[in-house]
Amino acid sequence: MATIEVDGKSYETDEEGYLIDLSTWNEEVGKYIATTESLELSEQHWEVINFLRDYYNEFQIAPAVRVLTKAIGKKLGADKGNSQYLYELFPYGPAKQACKIAGLPKPTGCV
Amino acid sequence: MLHIINKSPQERNSLESCLRVAQDGGTLLLIEDAVYAATRGNAAAAKLREAQSRFKVCVLQADLEARGMADHLIDGVTTVDYGGFVDLAAQHKNCQSWL
Amino acid sequence: MEGIVKKFMFINRKAPYGTIYALESLEVVLISAAFDQDVSLAFVDDGVYQLKKGQQTKGIETKNFSPTYRALDGYDIEKLYVEQESLEARGLTEEDLLVDVTVLSRKEMGEMMEQQDVLLSF
Repeated sequence: MATIEVDGKSYETDEEGYLIDLSTWNEEVGKYIATTESLELSEQHWEVINFLRDYYNEFQIAPAVRVLTKAIGKKLGADKGNSQYLYELFPYGPAKQACKIAGLPKPTGCV
Repeated sequence: MLHIINKSPQERNSLESCLRVAQDGGTLLLIEDAVYAATRGNAAAAKLREAQSRFKVCVLQADLEARGMADHLIDGVTTVDYGGFVDLAAQHKNCQSWL
Repeated sequence: MEGIVKKFMFINRKAPYGTIYALESLEVVLISAAFDQDVSLAFVDDGVYQLKKGQQTKGIETKNFSPTYRALDGYDIEKLYVEQESLEARGLTEEDLLVDVTVLSRKEMGEMMEQQDVLLSF
């Protein structure tokens, strides 16, 4: 267990930096986690992050990368629903890294 | 006596054992997977009817709702919350859990 | 191994929250989706309760994993079979279920199981 400090509030994370209580997440926390991953969040990043949060709210899981790619393609268009685009945004893996920033658990089946 | 059952009637024979052995009167509280016994159309309906004729039958509300079965609850069965569970335990002289 | 597709069926026979079987099965199903096999899920006995609409788990402070069954389609797991007799013995119909399924008779379910290469029991 570890903690991060954002705006004077502390948030618990696991040893890999995923938030323990996803209900405590807010955009500032997302931005902070992104800086620890050396990412500056653009509108394109937020599009994926918000998509992931919506997906989690609906299905109660973080999607596997293959499923995420397909679902993004359906919702945001084929130019975004491909792994090249998503890996450019999130070099350490669109599912793994974007989920961390979105305050979601690591996708099931992701090692 | 308060009788507590926590297993589905189609998975274990706890409800049957309880009905076979227990003396009339007292209360039967269904918790966890046993709440299915108090839902309409369940194959254990006849046993539940027998239970209702011999005991006051209660189910734990939170367990019923968790399983999405509140809309199937059989008439005449009382729902209790956790506080009600404690009250039942306090009101009865003794308690048997038919695990 | 590459290129060989086997028929895997997950047999779910337990109610959702009283034991850990239902959740464990669902997690293995999601992981198995990565291996491009022919995966199907069968729900028999108390397992049909896993798919009941309207589960609200706040009161038991347990994660409600029932919405995840609706994500299976996106994982290309489209074959969900439910035994008719199990539904009937629990006062349930197809309309009580939160996801589209194929309802099979006891006999059809037995035949479907017979066709599998691997059965995973939960």
